[in-house]
Amino acid sequence: MKRRDGFWPWLFIAPLTAGVSVFYLWPIVKTAWLSLTESGVFGGTTFTGLDNYTSLFQDGDLYRSIGNTLLYTAIVLLNIPIAIVVASLMNTPGLRGASVYRVLYFLPYVAMPTAVAMVWRIIFNGDFGVVNYVLGWFGIDGPYWISTPGFAIVAVSVVGLWSSVGFSVIVLGSGLKQIPPELYEAAELDGASRVRQFFSITVPLLTPSIAFLSIVTVISGFQLFDLLYAVLGNSYSNPTIYSSMSLVYMFYEAGFVTNEKGLAAAIAMVVLVLVALATLVQFRLQKRWVHID
Amino acid sequence: MIKRNNLLVHAVLIAGAVLMMFPFVWQILMSLSTNAEVQSVTPHLWPSKFQWGNYAEVFRQVPFLDQLRTSVWITVVRVLAQIAFCTLAGYAFARMQFRGKAIVLGAVLSILMVPSQVYLLPQYEIVQDLGLLGSMTGLLLPGLFSAFGTFLMRTAFLNLPSELEEAARLDGANPFQVFWHVMLPLIRPSISVLAITSTLWSWNELLWPLVVATQSEDMPLSAGLATLINDRTVNYPVVLAASLLATAPVLIMFILLQRRVIDGLATSGLK
Repeated sequence: MKRRDGFWPWLFIAPLTAGVSVFYLWPIVKTAWLSLTESGVFGGTTFTGLDNYTSLFQDGDLYRSIGNTLLYTAIVLLNIPIAIVVASLMNTPGLRGASVYRVLYFLPYVAMPTAVAMVWRIIFNGDFGVVNYVLGWFGIDGPYWISTPGFAIVAVSVVGLWSSVGFSVIVLGSGLKQIPPELYEAAELDGASRVRQFFSITVPLLTPSIAFLSIVTVISGFQLFDLLYAVLGNSYSNPTIYSSMSLVYMFYEAGFVTNEKGLAAAIAMVVLVLVALATLVQFRLQKRWVHID
Repeated sequence: MIKRNNLLVHAVLIAGAVLMMFPFVWQILMSLSTNAEVQSVTPHLWPSKFQWGNYAEVFRQVPFLDQLRTSVWITVVRVLAQIAFCTLAGYAFARMQFRGKAIVLGAVLSILMVPSQVYLLPQYEIVQDLGLLGSMTGLLLPGLFSAFGTFLMRTAFLNLPSELEEAARLDGANPFQVFWHVMLPLIRPSISVLAITSTLWSWNELLWPLVVATQSEDMPLSAGLATLINDRTVNYPVVLAASLLATAPVLIMFILLQRRVIDGLATSGLK
């Protein structure tokens, strides 16, 4: 028997769907359209076809931004192996204080990116930063991290890595709880070492969580903006930003600083396609390496 | 034997925790130092004298209270609105039958796949056309509605048994009464997950307030700090003190509610 609820469901979904349509669905269509136009100095838009895309693809900035975004994402992905080790150590039977560790590792994820940015700027400072001070012990003359092209994005990535480990530890921790302890007991009887158990039981059985985390990391990596903006500063205070910018920073500059709305929309569409492609590739690859029982 | 193994585990975990905590500890220490100490070439581990005055300077040099008020206000309104709209819609999508449900639901959930830049420009134009740039309403508007929240609430309602609902209906309750008196109280844990995640998101969000609010008095703390970092006239310890004050509420909320936050994040899996 199929029950129909008359007008009730529509009343229930009305506020949300109205808001979502106006502020999310319609804007997606609008951005796609905007990417094909150019806005005049005195307002109004002219249809310019694929012009924004052709000038975007001829612009070295696009490839540099993609490169920076990929480098950031690659470094932040290191949080997963780190978190696997941390989570399995926290999962040690009979370990006291595991919940305290969880809180400490997770705090950076909760902290406001712009609020931790300032201290990281000081830590990475070329003249008086702790990083260069420690490098000095080894006779290394550290660079001006924040203002040197190439090094700036690495500094931002380290902050990204720091803030994402905690989240992965939590997700992997709940994955670990689902591994039956009998497996380890059996391995113990067979004389498998702790290290062997880690690679033959823990890692393979965590692959669903690892797959999930790598997708989440890639998607959020492609949207890098907050940390970059907060750690490096804006284009007025730090000219290096142009060689260190991410795709979304490039979008922000075009859309809200230099006011090239059409170009910004085209960048947004490129981000959309890249994120969709990355997700698709990961879903495909998952079938090969994710362990499902 | 086991004890000694655990000692090694503790050693590794403590070393990691020290690295994770270092920026916070450093921030606290530097916020209590003088500007000269922060910038000394050999790092000062400990301020020679605690400069509590830096915290007073925050309120003198930065429109901190205005920004705090804005942050609190937009976060409270967004969280309440998201709970109201998402539970209503999530309930309808999970437990009611209506024509076109699959299409509407698909459209709402498709937003989860779309990076936020794709809708940012037109959102800005809408707020601009409504004359709401720089206003509180402009700041909170798009964030009142959440596709993720709808997804979360729908999943919560889907997992409930149908007997209670049927019984209430037989007693003559209308669908809203069933929702309000019977079903809503049962998903309280999921609602608190939504409340926590949307609080975190709203409190820390940067890009939207940065483009919508132009004056630093109109900004929430996240955007206010971002502009402060670029402002060379305010010295390091004061910016550090302001940053600590700005992020403290969410850090404290997390420490108090850690079990709920961790369980919620682990089960819902989101960023």
